[in-house]
Amino acid sequence: MTGYPMRKPQEMALPMALAAGFLMMLSMPALAATDAAEDAARWDLLRDMYFKDRPVEEAGDRMRIDAPARAHDAALVPVRVEVDPSLHLKSLSLLVDKNPVPLAATFRYGPASAGGSIETRVRVNEYTNLHAVGETQDGRLLMTRVFVKAAGGCSAPALKDPQEAMARLGRIKVKLLETAGPGSAANAQLLISHPNASGLQFDQVSRTYIPAHYIQSIAIRIGGQTVLEADTDISISEDPNLRFSFIPVEGGSLEVTAHDTKGATFSQTVPLGAGGG
Amino acid sequence: MGIRLILAAILSVATAAPAWSEPLAVTEVAPGIFVHQGAIAEPAPDNGGDTANIGFVVGGNGVAVIDTGGTPELGRRLRETIAARTDKPPVVVINTHMHPDHVFGNAAFEGIPIVGHANLRDALAARIEVYQRRLADELGAEAAAGIAPVRVDRPVGEEVRIDLGDRVIVLTAHPTAHTNNDLTVFDRQTGTLFAGDLLFLDHLPAVDGSAVGWLRVLDALERIPAVRAVPGHGPAAVDWPGALDPERRYLTTLVQGVRRVLKAGGSIQEAVAHVAENERDRWLLFDVYNPRNVTATFAELEWE
Repeated sequence: MTGYPMRKPQEMALPMALAAGFLMMLSMPALAATDAAEDAARWDLLRDMYFKDRPVEEAGDRMRIDAPARAHDAALVPVRVEVDPSLHLKSLSLLVDKNPVPLAATFRYGPASAGGSIETRVRVNEYTNLHAVGETQDGRLLMTRVFVKAAGGCSAPALKDPQEAMARLGRIKVKLLETAGPGSAANAQLLISHPNASGLQFDQVSRTYIPAHYIQSIAIRIGGQTVLEADTDISISEDPNLRFSFIPVEGGSLEVTAHDTKGATFSQTVPLGAGGG
Repeated sequence: MGIRLILAAILSVATAAPAWSEPLAVTEVAPGIFVHQGAIAEPAPDNGGDTANIGFVVGGNGVAVIDTGGTPELGRRLRETIAARTDKPPVVVINTHMHPDHVFGNAAFEGIPIVGHANLRDALAARIEVYQRRLADELGAEAAAGIAPVRVDRPVGEEVRIDLGDRVIVLTAHPTAHTNNDLTVFDRQTGTLFAGDLLFLDHLPAVDGSAVGWLRVLDALERIPAVRAVPGHGPAAVDWPGALDPERRYLTTLVQGVRRVLKAGGSIQEAVAHVAENERDRWLLFDVYNPRNVTATFAELEWE
């Protein structure tokens, strides 16, 4: 009973499954192979689209995506990309292969970043691979991927309480998760209250699609130095959420600025040691 | 001879099929108050989508239908049951909230006014296509065909009384809890409260609104002077207000557990793995709903 759109569309009704049982058993391995081939073809296409003809290497154990194999809410799938700090990445791109707009976000690291590991939340429209592609300082591309089972996340009406969500639109909250001393890495979480409307959510009363309205860029700085700059798109869940690490400076403040597609700017400055937001 | 046997088999299947259209079994939980108990399960071919408790109240002039079931077919069977139990006509359909297992039978009550929470229309309109597609996945395209478009003829902002003829029922719209459009129906004559999905028993509560809001609504609900309640999922009727205890315990555990993880700087995945784990053996469908409840509650409480 409830409001979560996330079932795999191909599940069969029982009588049909019984009737077709024998045929299914025969054709199952072939189907699985076709799926894998289709996923690979999709990735080839995306790689050409976003990275042109640059070679993309497997990252091996230097990069890893941590995401639930089966999502609990397709509109809010937590994804963590673990990056070996020794890689010193210049940028990281996160793709949800089969989403209408596959490139969820590109993060560019600044001098105040303390490592490339990032956590965010994405919408997943159908069973798909997620890819993370890191770019090293010398321009090499490293890739890792994971398969996620979820469906319907892009058209899902995620807002459980639209009035409350609109009331806090643009509110920014920064949580300092670990406050080590100046000079050593610290972790923080950034939340931006925003519907991040995908443009794919249909309103049956007005018979129209709710227009796309989403956060398209986020910049995080400390004492004027860049920690992270992100270009974000509709595959990022409602209330965009980022976990990142940075190098604190004595008496510094984290400065966050975000822009949405209607030209609104949201910003917040959080003194270190104060927390909250 | 062989062919004849096969034909006989086919015929027996064919004659068994109309059993599906028989009236729904109901229990008269109080004089003039009938409840059909749904299966405690996800909608699936073996239960035909019959997974919610639905019912009706018979007054002197007409019948109030309270939720209509998870498919148009279930709505039709409910209507047949009403006709078998009383000569009074259905005069109003009340939807306790937007979820498909409670409202997709509305199609069988064309022309009869539908009453719901003031938020019901927009909330259902935003979701109905997704719900319809999911029902087709679960039960097949045929079961999901003929679902009526969203219609709420009388939105309830706070409280509305309906006189069914020598019987007044009180409809109350609640702040965001199970969903943002929960409505309860109280029959003063027998002290029976149709709680909709504000009350779950046996079936793990599903949070599609706000867990914190739900706990607040429970405090308000508890003051309703009912002697029995009809839960949205669970037995046909339960003692009031004692039946609130398991749900309150679960929601409290959920909220406290998520707050603990948030305070420690933990992630959604950590919360999903641990929060309310000690409630697992006390409910059905725990693994279906607890991870979603934790995810939703995590996203909600982050803003505290």
